Amino acid sequence: MSAIERTFKSLFLAELLSGMALTFRYMFKQKVTINYPFEKGPLSPRFRGEHALRRYPNGEERCIACKLCEAICPAQAITIEAEPRADGSRRTTRYDIDMTKCIYCGFCEEACPVDAIVEGPNFEFATETREELLYNKDKLLANGDRWEREIAANLTKDAPYR
Amino acid sequence: MASLWQGYALPGIIILLQILAVMLPVMISVAFLVYFERKTLAAMTLRRGPNVVGPFGVLQSFADFIKVFFKETIIPTGANKVVFLAAPILTFVLAMIAWAVIPFSEKLVVADINVGVLYLFAISSLGVYGVVMAGWASNSRYAFLGALRSAAQMVSYEVSIGFVIVTVLLVAGSMNLNDIVEAQRTIWFAIPLLPMFVIFFISALAETNRHPFDLPEAESELVAGFQVEYSAVPFVLFFLGEYANMMLMSALTVILFLGGWLPPFDVAPFTWLPAPFWLIGKIIVLLFVFIWVRATFPRYRYDQLMRLGWKVFLPASLLWVVLTAGVLVTFDWLPA
Repeated sequence: MSAIERTFKSLFLAELLSGMALTFRYMFKQKVTINYPFEKGPLSPRFRGEHALRRYPNGEERCIACKLCEAICPAQAITIEAEPRADGSRRTTRYDIDMTKCIYCGFCEEACPVDAIVEGPNFEFATETREELLYNKDKLLANGDRWEREIAANLTKDAPYR
Repeated sequence: MASLWQGYALPGIIILLQILAVMLPVMISVAFLVYFERKTLAAMTLRRGPNVVGPFGVLQSFADFIKVFFKETIIPTGANKVVFLAAPILTFVLAMIAWAVIPFSEKLVVADINVGVLYLFAISSLGVYGVVMAGWASNSRYAFLGALRSAAQMVSYEVSIGFVIVTVLLVAGSMNLNDIVEAQRTIWFAIPLLPMFVIFFISALAETNRHPFDLPEAESELVAGFQVEYSAVPFVLFFLGEYANMMLMSALTVILFLGGWLPPFDVAPFTWLPAPFWLIGKIIVLLFVFIWVRATFPRYRYDQLMRLGWKVFLPASLLWVVLTAGVLVTFDWLPA
């Protein structure tokens, strides 16, 4: 570029004006943000959100208290106690997850031989107190009942890749 | 008793009403200016901006103001209390009293004084005191650095603003803002004095501490500069003052260069609309440019800022003063 051309460019603020033209054009472009609480972005079927304990269609809980999830949990967030039930089957008497410890790695889900503990698609479970994040068995089973449809659909969708 | 009423009380009430009639719209338009700025910046960076409070989020600023008003006013232990609280008040008051001489139309002006330009120039120069006092009284390093920068910056750019104003005065032949507007009936000064117009606008950005010259409050290095220790009402006063100053500088630019309250063309469809409409419309356009510039340019480095002020704008404006005066004398165009 010749010196004259450069001088004219800086005298007439050519670069500054072209920059402003660019921002002006961007003003009319499609927005990239979404209206979050009203609109939500897409989630993968593998999304690892809030935990849930599932049941069989007849209402029997899936968990057999093998404690594989407790063993594999790298954050040691899961605590399980178990004893035989009146009908002789082995079931948990206590299944706690400390959601403040959980790192959402999904190992519990992968370790589970009966697809009982899963991480569902729910990511909006913020609470006002810390205690509310110490989930017990009732809470986890309730989560399972609430999200069963979504969880089942996601598991079917993801099955070919497992 | 009657004379007391006639002589003092009634004029007093009228003056008070005039003050309110200017101040309230200015403060309310600050709220909408903040909303406009956030919305425009959002659009230019492909975001949505505030859209929850009120229709399209227009009431967002009011919600923010209410929130900030109910916060606690924190005065740092090491601060000089009196100066610390006087600084935001000074900034706010100065930003408001300047509006007294802005002519919204030929008749619609609180004080039609013959030294309007000088008055405005004096007021906007005083603005630096609020910043310096805030920075000194806060007794904080960030605030102090911000104040130092701001003082140097505002003083530097005032010099070239002064020369630009001198050029306009030469051409208009009056310091009365209404006469300056009248003088632009044939052609807006922005056209024959285009370089001066650009210099004035860029200096106005620096004068109001706006991007890309926002070094006094440069977030990334000084947190919030001179306002770092302020909260609640004093902060609101600073904020109102800053944005009112932005509107004031736009109004001044419009009056000096863009024909004030005159319509763009003196023919039928344009003259139907009342004068204040044109002034306010032009101010809004300029405010949009203020925001547009903010969305486009990165912040200047401090030495670049000083170089631009002293080595580019000052000689350029000085040259143009001499040139304009020469042309006016040579062709005998000096206004009577």
